[in-house]
Amino acid sequence: MANGTAVIAGKSFYEEGTTKSKSGIASWIFSTDHKRIGLLYLISIVSFFIIGVIIAELIRLELIAPGETIVDAETYNRLFTLHGVIMIFLFIIPGIPAVFGNFFLPIQIGAKDVAFPRLNLLSWWLYMTGAVLAITSLFLPGGPADTGWTFYVPYSVRTGSNVIFALLAAFILGFSSILTGLNFVTTVHRLRIKGMSFFKMPLNIWALYATAWIQVIATPIIGITLLLIIIERTFGVGIFDPTLGGDPVLYQHLFWIYSHPAVYVMILPAMGVVSEIIATFSRRTVFGYKMVAFSSLTIAFVGYLVWAHHMFTAGLSETAAVVFSLLTFIVAIPSAIKVFNWVATMYKGSIDPRTPFKWVMVFIFLFSIGGLTGLVLGSLATDVHLHDTYFVVAHFHFVMFGGAGTIFFAAMHYWFPKMFGKMYNEKIADIGVYMFLISFLTLYFPMFLLGYNGQPRRYFDYLPQFQTLHVISTIGAWMMLITITLVVWNLIHALRKGEKAPDNPWGGVTLEWQTSSPPPLENFEEMPNVPNEPYDFSHLTGIKDGSK
Amino acid sequence: MQEKNTGNSHHIIDYSTYVFVWVMLVGLTALTVTIAGINLGDYTLVVALFIALIKASLVIAIFMHIKLEEPIFKVFIAIILATLAVIFILTFIDYTFR
Ligand code: HEM
Ligand SMILES: [Cu+2]
Repeated sequence: MANGTAVIAGKSFYEEGTTKSKSGIASWIFSTDHKRIGLLYLISIVSFFIIGVIIAELIRLELIAPGETIVDAETYNRLFTLHGVIMIFLFIIPGIPAVFGNFFLPIQIGAKDVAFPRLNLLSWWLYMTGAVLAITSLFLPGGPADTGWTFYVPYSVRTGSNVIFALLAAFILGFSSILTGLNFVTTVHRLRIKGMSFFKMPLNIWALYATAWIQVIATPIIGITLLLIIIERTFGVGIFDPTLGGDPVLYQHLFWIYSHPAVYVMILPAMGVVSEIIATFSRRTVFGYKMVAFSSLTIAFVGYLVWAHHMFTAGLSETAAVVFSLLTFIVAIPSAIKVFNWVATMYKGSIDPRTPFKWVMVFIFLFSIGGLTGLVLGSLATDVHLHDTYFVVAHFHFVMFGGAGTIFFAAMHYWFPKMFGKMYNEKIADIGVYMFLISFLTLYFPMFLLGYNGQPRRYFDYLPQFQTLHVISTIGAWMMLITITLVVWNLIHALRKGEKAPDNPWGGVTLEWQTSSPPPLENFEEMPNVPNEPYDFSHLTGIKDGSK
Repeated sequence: MQEKNTGNSHHIIDYSTYVFVWVMLVGLTALTVTIAGINLGDYTLVVALFIALIKASLVIAIFMHIKLEEPIFKVFIAIILATLAVIFILTFIDYTFR
C-alpha cells in the first residue's frame, strides 16, 4: 500500500482502512482501497439505476394510453433523455468494471491494490461530479436536456434546454472511465502475482483488460465531440450545424465512433463474469479458454469498425453502408464463439444451478435475442424499415438490460458473500430471477411487435391501434419494478440479517475464493497458490457433488 | 509482488539532444506557418499533417522516452495508431463516395 500499513491478522477491510479517520463517511470517500472504492461505486451506481427505473416507470405510464396522459410532449422528451443519459453514462457503462472490476480485478490476479490507487479514488470523484452536474440541470431554468441521450445536432445546438450541463456531465464521466481503464491496463501488466502468466488469468480479467483498452482509446473521441457541440452552441462556430456551414453527419460519425465501442464497454465485462460463473457452477474448466480470451480482444478491436450501422438512414454513402453492414456481421462471430463455448463448458459438467447460475441462463437467453435482432438491424434493407422504431428500443434493452444489466445482478449474487461476508436467502433470490425473466419479456417483447408495425421511438403519443401492446408493456414495467424491489430488498436484508458466509461458498477456484470473506485490507493474509490452470477443478474428481 | 522491474533508467538521453529536438520542433512550426502562406491546393492539408506527424514522433520518441522503453509500449502505440488510421479510412469511405 501507498502508506505501508501493516496487515493485522484477522481484520477485514471493513475494520481497517487507508485513511486517517478510522470510521465514518471520510474513511470511505477518501479511501484509496480498491475494495472500498468498488463499494462506493456500487452504492452510487445502484442509486442512479433506481432513479433511472423510476423515470422509466413515468415514461411507461404516459404511454398507457394515446394522447397526453400524465406529461406533455416537452416533458416526455426530457424524461426519456434523462432516462437514457442516466442508464447509459451512470449505470451501464461504469457498472461492472467500476464496481466488480475494482473490487475483484486486483484480488483475482493476487495483487494488493490497483496500480494507481489515488487515480482510482479520483475516478470515483469525477463520476460523482459528472452525476451531480447532470442532476443539477433538473433544477435550472430551461430544464434538463430534451435531445435524447445521443445529443444529435442540429437540434442539440438549437434547443433551449440545458444541454450544456448534460454534455459537460458526459465529458467528465468520460474522464472517470478513462482513469479506470488506464488503471486496469497497468494493473494487469504490472501487478500479477508471480506465476500468473497471461494465459493463467481468469477470463474475467481478460474481459476487463480488453474493456480497459476500449475505455482508454475510444472515450477521448466522445470527449472532444461533446466539447465541439459546446463550442458551437456558445460561440456559434460552424462545425456540425448546416446553417453555420457545418456537417451534421460528421457529428453522427464522431458520436458513434465512441458510442459503438461503448456498447462493448457494457457487454465485455458482463461476458467475463459469465465465464466465471459458468465455470464455477459447472465445475469444469471453460471450454476453449484461449478462444474465449482472444474473442474478448477481437470483439474489442472489431467493435471499432462498425459504428456507422447507426447511420444507414442518415445520408451515409451507399458504399460505406455496404462496408459497415458487412463488418457488423463479422462482430457476430466472436460473440457467437463465446456463447458456444459457454454451452460447451456446461456440457457434461456437474451443474449446480444456484442463483448466480440462473441469472446467467437468463442472460444467455435474453442476450441471444438481443444479439440476433441486432443482425436484423445491421442488414441494410430491414434497417430502413425498422430504424428509429420501437424495434430498436426493444433490441437495445435486450442487449443492455437483458445482457449487461442481468449480469450486474448475477455478479451481485455471485460475489455478494465475498464482498460482505453474508449469505442471502437463495429461495427468494431464485424467485427474483424467475420474476425478472417474466417481467422482462412482458415489458420488452411487445416493443418488437410495436416497432415492426411502425410505432416510432421517442414519441409521447401513438395511434389507437397500438394501445394493446403498449398496455401489456406498461404492465410489464410494473412487474419489473416489483421484481427489482424484491431483489434489492433481499440483498439489503441479507446485509443486516444474513448468515455468515464461508470463504468459498460456491467451490470456486479463482484467487478471490482463497481469501477470507470479506477480504483483509491487502487482500490476502498469506500469498495465494496460483493454480496451473485457470479453472482447475481436478481436485473434485470422484467427489459426487452434494453441497447445498 | 511486482513481476518486472519498472525501471528507473532516466537521463540516458543527454541535454544536448533535448535542445536539438526543441530547435527542430520550433523549426518545423515555422515551416508549417510558412507553408500555410503558399498555395498548394489540395495538398495543403496533407503537408501540414505530415509535418505534425514528424513533430509528434519526435515528442513521443525523445521527450516521452518511448525510444528507450520496453517493446510492449511500442506495440501499444502502434495498435493505437493503427486503430486511428482505420477509423480515418472508414470515415473517408463515406465522404469519398457520397
Ligand atoms: C424498468 C426498466 C425500464 C423501462 C420500463 C424502460 C423503458 C424505456 C422506454 C419505454 C424507452 C423508450 C422511450 C421512447 O423512445 O419514447 C426507453 C428508452 C431508453 N432506455 Fe429504457 N427502460 C428500462 C430500463 C433501462 C435500462 C436498464 C437501460 C440501460 C441499461 C435503459 C436504456 C435506455 C436507453 C439508452 C433509452 C433511449 C433513450 C433515448 O431515446 O434517448 N433502459 N426505456
Ligand atoms: Cu453499434
